[in-house]
Amino acid sequence: MTELVAALDVDAMISLEHVSKKFSGNIAPAVTDLTLDVPQGEIVVLVGPSGCGKTTILKMINRLIEPSAGTITVAGHDIRDLRPADLRRGIGYVIQQVGLLPHRTIAANIATVPRLLGWDNARIRGRVDELIELVGLDDDMRDRYPSELSGGQRQRVGVARALAADPPVLLMDEPFGAVDPIVRGRLQQELLKIQQTLHKTIVIVTHDIDEAILLGDRIAILEIGGRLAQYATPAEILANPASDFVADFLGEERGLKRLSLIELRMLDIPPGPVVERTDTAATARRTMSDHRTDWVGILDGRRLLGWAWERDLPVSGPIDGVSPREFRATLPSTATLRQAVDAVVRDHNQVAVVIDGDRYVGMLFVDQIAQELQR
Amino acid sequence: MNLDAALLGQSTPLIRWDWIWDHRDDVLDRLLEHLELTVLSVGLGLAVSLVLALIALRLPRTYGVISGLSGILYTIPSLAAFAFLVPVFGFSTTTAVVPLASYTLLILVRSIVEGLRAVPAEVLESADGMGYTRGRRLWTVELPIAMPVIIGGLRVATVTVVGLVTVTALIGLGGLGFFILNGLRRSILFPTEVFLGTVAAIALAAVLDVLLLGVERLLTPWARRQARQVD
Amino acid sequence: MLLRDTWAWLTDPASWEGPNGLLELTLEHLAVAALSTAIAVVVALPGALWLGHRHRGKFLVAAFVNVGRAVPSFGIIVVAAVLFIRAGLPADFWPLVIALVLLALPPIFTSAHTAVGEVDPALVEAARGMGLGGGQVLRRVELPLALPLVMNGIRIAFAQVIATVALGAVVSSGGGLGQPIIVGFATLRTGGDVLLLGGAILVALLTLVADRLFALLQRLATPAGVRRLSTPRVDRRAA
Repeated sequence: MTELVAALDVDAMISLEHVSKKFSGNIAPAVTDLTLDVPQGEIVVLVGPSGCGKTTILKMINRLIEPSAGTITVAGHDIRDLRPADLRRGIGYVIQQVGLLPHRTIAANIATVPRLLGWDNARIRGRVDELIELVGLDDDMRDRYPSELSGGQRQRVGVARALAADPPVLLMDEPFGAVDPIVRGRLQQELLKIQQTLHKTIVIVTHDIDEAILLGDRIAILEIGGRLAQYATPAEILANPASDFVADFLGEERGLKRLSLIELRMLDIPPGPVVERTDTAATARRTMSDHRTDWVGILDGRRLLGWAWERDLPVSGPIDGVSPREFRATLPSTATLRQAVDAVVRDHNQVAVVIDGDRYVGMLFVDQIAQELQR
Repeated sequence: MNLDAALLGQSTPLIRWDWIWDHRDDVLDRLLEHLELTVLSVGLGLAVSLVLALIALRLPRTYGVISGLSGILYTIPSLAAFAFLVPVFGFSTTTAVVPLASYTLLILVRSIVEGLRAVPAEVLESADGMGYTRGRRLWTVELPIAMPVIIGGLRVATVTVVGLVTVTALIGLGGLGFFILNGLRRSILFPTEVFLGTVAAIALAAVLDVLLLGVERLLTPWARRQARQVD
Repeated sequence: MLLRDTWAWLTDPASWEGPNGLLELTLEHLAVAALSTAIAVVVALPGALWLGHRHRGKFLVAAFVNVGRAVPSFGIIVVAAVLFIRAGLPADFWPLVIALVLLALPPIFTSAHTAVGEVDPALVEAARGMGLGGGQVLRRVELPLALPLVMNGIRIAFAQVIATVALGAVVSSGGGLGQPIIVGFATLRTGGDVLLLGGAILVALLTLVADRLFALLQRLATPAGVRRLSTPRVDRRAA
């Protein structure tokens, strides 16, 4: 299947056309007339309340569930033209409980699909080593068994296993639902990092709208009965929800959610009330009055040493004798505007200080953040 | 039955170790015969049970019938079962092996079914999702995972069959059962042989049980490893 | 034809009459089985119930089961007979009974022990909390709840015993319906095959019928409330 992709020149890697699914014994259909294109190289997140059919849709792509009506094409081929086993060997599949084969080592687990495809041992070994490194596991995990690993580690193995045969498409069903929030955050970031290198076409199912906004290039919001409520980029959905249902589903603090889409480095960050260590007290006081603060930040060249209250400063003369207080928390310029708001609320000077490594970038105050919201 | 003449045997010691030593070749022969009958019966029973178990898993409604029939076969006394088949197959290995195999059906079918049912659903789902065909999934995923339960049943079946093989002495086979019967049937009662047959059968059962346990340990290293990591 | 001859023999009233007739043999068979089982119950049950109640002796259960399974009943019957004969005692009856008692002990003991031990601990605790002493808890709470499993163990033992009585015919003139089978083996060339088949059919039938009847008895004897609670999960050969 991977060979088929090379010859592809269509934009949509996965195409669902008028797909429906009705389970016998249920009155209402699980999926109703769904038409959706998943562009190549993008992450599309299917999100919605319980019973909206998102998992059903995912499972129809790799034929774990057969559609009642409609056509699904992957890489330009109708999935019905392939034997299900062959189709699935070309699509990576990750589920919430991972489902690692308990009787095989980690290395053997990762090697599952390559072995099914008949790769030779040397090639498999190399690939397994590559993937263990890619997902951030230690090399000594190769010969352990799944029962010896933690939940987060098992999830990583699950992802490695799905990527083993280098499939063009990856399907993930609530992949990070079974781990705690800290681990989940880490895994999400690592998925994004991996995607920057690999550019897979990924479809993720989740019930968590924040996860969808974080991970998705495009989000499909589904209503009960598998009806498509809106399909657009996160920014578009947050700015213009297509219906009350979508707006409700986005939840409260929709404005704040939009802030998490904006990274600080995309903005012009003003320098804020800062003076050099070599400046005089008079300069410092002038800076403070310009910015209407009762404190000032102290620089040493491009390094921010800290800050001082107005009363810490001498009446006149150079200020280099003053010991600067430390800023409790600083942000890198890759942080989001939402994190800046959080910093402003926490810092008792009510400012978000932006530092990249050693280099001072600037400061953001509440009113400046508010201005960004208006844009 | 020479019960009167047997009184003459009272003067001999209960167990004559020298006799056992003198006849160690015979003991070995009978031991091997016993082993052969056991292996044939359990092997046949396992093969049939596997088929029945797969049928029961594919068509759940048949499980009740299969269980019921296995149960009935199990209830038929061994002596009667051999007696049923003698007119058909004579005093042959078949007459012995078929009923013995049928005794294993109840425990083996149940073990295989329960073992396979205990495979976690997410393992089956991920296997399907990766592109396993049904057949390959059964042999390389489900059965290996079900091994501990299956071997547990196999141990019970094997130990039971070893005991029952002794009865086949009545149809001219018997392995170690030969000594049990022979010690009784001699013109002078010979307890040594009877004890030999009985104790050797117990020993054989114990050895096979431990062997199978060892096989299980060998085949399932994954079952005993515990989680040591925390996120 | 063998089947026809066998049918003829079985349905001939003459076969059933008299001191060695089938009726007598059947009754003897049942009597031996019942007696052996009863003795085993008397021997095993009190200890099993008490130990189970105290949650002790679990390893004993496992050992019992394993040893019980490995010991060939045929061997034990002959050993018992041989010992009796050497001691000059009559070997028609008691050796067989002793051997059968030994055979019946493991399933009865283990079922009873497990049954009492696995009664919902919350119920036991509640009873204690109400002020019931150990013996009362056993009698009033654990026993009624454990009854189905206990009876199941007895039923398994009974079935095993009935199946094994026939082997007694090898050592003596006992062994109930095993007699025609053994005689049949010996006289195969002279029409013994009819006895063989007929005896086998009767033994099998007796075992099956007795087992079913016991099951019925079991169900009737269990109080309705308890019946709904429990589902005997015990394997036929008490594992």
